[in-house]
Amino acid sequence: MKKRSTFLFSALCFGMAFLYIPMVLLVVYSFNHSRLVPVWGGFSLRWYKSLFTSEEIWNSLLLSLQIAVVNATFATLLGTFAGLTIARFGRFRGRTLFTGMLSAPLVMPEVITGLSLLLLFITLNELLGWPSSRGMTTITIAHITFSLAYVAVIVQSRLSGMAQDLEEAAQDLGGKPLRVMFDITLPLLAPGMLAGWLLAFTLSLDDLVIASFVSGPGANTLPMLIYSRVRLGLRPDINALATIIIFTVAVGVALAGWLLLRQRKQRERDMRMASA
Amino acid sequence: MPPAAGPAGGTGAQYADRPWLDPDAAPFIRIQGVSKRFGAFTAVGSVDLDIYRGELFSLLGGSGCGKTTLLRMLAGFEIPSGGSITIDGADMTDVPAYRRPVNMMFQSYALFPHMNVESNVAYGLKRDGVAKAEIAKRVGDILEMVELRQFGKRKPHQLSGGQRQRVALARALVKQPKVLLLDEPLGALDKRLREQTQFELMKIQDQLGITFIVVTHDQEEAMTLSTRIAVMDAGNIIQVGEPSEVYERPKTRKIANFIGTINTFEGNIAAGGKGGWHLACPRVREPLRAPKDADIKDGQKALLAIRPEKITMSKSKPGDDKLQSLRGEVLELAYMGNLSIYRVRVDGGQVVQVTAPNLQRIDRNKIDWEDRVYLSWRPENSLILRD
Repeated sequence: MKKRSTFLFSALCFGMAFLYIPMVLLVVYSFNHSRLVPVWGGFSLRWYKSLFTSEEIWNSLLLSLQIAVVNATFATLLGTFAGLTIARFGRFRGRTLFTGMLSAPLVMPEVITGLSLLLLFITLNELLGWPSSRGMTTITIAHITFSLAYVAVIVQSRLSGMAQDLEEAAQDLGGKPLRVMFDITLPLLAPGMLAGWLLAFTLSLDDLVIASFVSGPGANTLPMLIYSRVRLGLRPDINALATIIIFTVAVGVALAGWLLLRQRKQRERDMRMASA
Repeated sequence: MPPAAGPAGGTGAQYADRPWLDPDAAPFIRIQGVSKRFGAFTAVGSVDLDIYRGELFSLLGGSGCGKTTLLRMLAGFEIPSGGSITIDGADMTDVPAYRRPVNMMFQSYALFPHMNVESNVAYGLKRDGVAKAEIAKRVGDILEMVELRQFGKRKPHQLSGGQRQRVALARALVKQPKVLLLDEPLGALDKRLREQTQFELMKIQDQLGITFIVVTHDQEEAMTLSTRIAVMDAGNIIQVGEPSEVYERPKTRKIANFIGTINTFEGNIAAGGKGGWHLACPRVREPLRAPKDADIKDGQKALLAIRPEKITMSKSKPGDDKLQSLRGEVLELAYMGNLSIYRVRVDGGQVVQVTAPNLQRIDRNKIDWEDRVYLSWRPENSLILRD
């Protein structure tokens, strides 16, 4: 075997350190007994205990999850329609404009999105008396508007990679266009829609800026709560919370990777069997 | 060659296998003045074509010649910019794909990846609302025919290329369409499988009596499969005929070159002895005799063509003076097993290709590189082509 380059190896170590030292520190300090974050006071689980008994944190976590699920579901629904239209409806007047406009929220600064949505809700309240107060509903609507664009882009790219002749074949065999959509297009699109749902879910769970703009008193999502607490000083229980999130994500990613690998191996076995 | 026309008052029976020769036969598929433009680009110019019941008709041409667009218009995936399409007496021009009595086998096979073989084949019958028991029976029968019965529960990705091709065929045939369209049906198969499948296709077509229209760029495939071939170029049909007719009587140099190989001599026509015509070609020393049936005038520029296998090559001068003969030197030879291909430079400079069967296992009198040889052919085997 070729001797590995020392330079490349140290570059790798440096890169990894750069990425992971902050997280490792966070995890280590979450087990710190001391109230002062940077002072090591021995190993303890007391912050985890205080975390699990804090009603405030549980409430905001629940709120965040609720918003994320509703948002992901609606964004997937609307985004799929948008993506379908753009990829399959053929050419219509203004198609390019629509395509561009659909992906604009992806590059729009969040501050602008948040501010404009806040203005919209205030105006609506003046004119229609709805929404009377800002909170979960307004945050959900705001999240749907921007995560929809992500779903639409995913669906569109999956559709353009998917050969149109499958749909044509179904039509050729007597399937009317709507029927073909349910029999062929949507089942094949399902992985893309799932990916879109998951992305919309994480985007919503992750969002601080837009939620801060359109939220009202009493509606604190988890990122908002963490941010407001840290502003009052570093708190060890937040470290504990962050550690739990890191492990949840790591387990989720590992599981997904393992499932994908298994699926690919199964496929390869099938192919070998077919050509044998 | 087919007879030019039957005697007056001839019954249909004499044309049973070749209805296109019968002036009274009604075509099954009638394509009249069909054209297709995409923006400024004309994919199909203006096509008139009559196809008869039970034919295995090939649309042959290079890529971009419009053959696939024409097929897609027959399937109903493209709406013609002009003209009309009639199938079995019914106007199909504006009928959507899902209401046409036509099924298509796609080049990619387009098997539904999330359904197993049985569901793929059953899909069309389900959409037609056929009863469950009937569907099961017909799917079973057609899978039996393509020898895939035991693979019914497999998904498309668990099949080999040849098996997928047969599933696609079964799926397109199970509805017993009036017309089956096949887009490059053998294109994705390797050579050995292709030859075998060719004959299977012909057998199935013969059994079911369904009219097949095949799009292909492979002239050999078109020659073996078809009852008739339409050669397409730049959106137009440039010749329609039986395989032997297209091969032996190509109308233009382009067709002659596209289907097989042909040697062409360019020159001017002059009167020769015994009332025949000669072609004076600057790159051949002797004048070339034109075939007697050629429609030519004195002094006209013309193209004389001869297929490589119609030329005989010998070391000694051929005795028969009815033959056209030329002298030359062997430039190159390629041994192909059953036959050999020779490239011979005739006196005057033109290079002529000759193919000869290898009749002897060990040939002591074998023609080799740089040998001086005589090339000869019967003038009636040559052609005058339009450019």
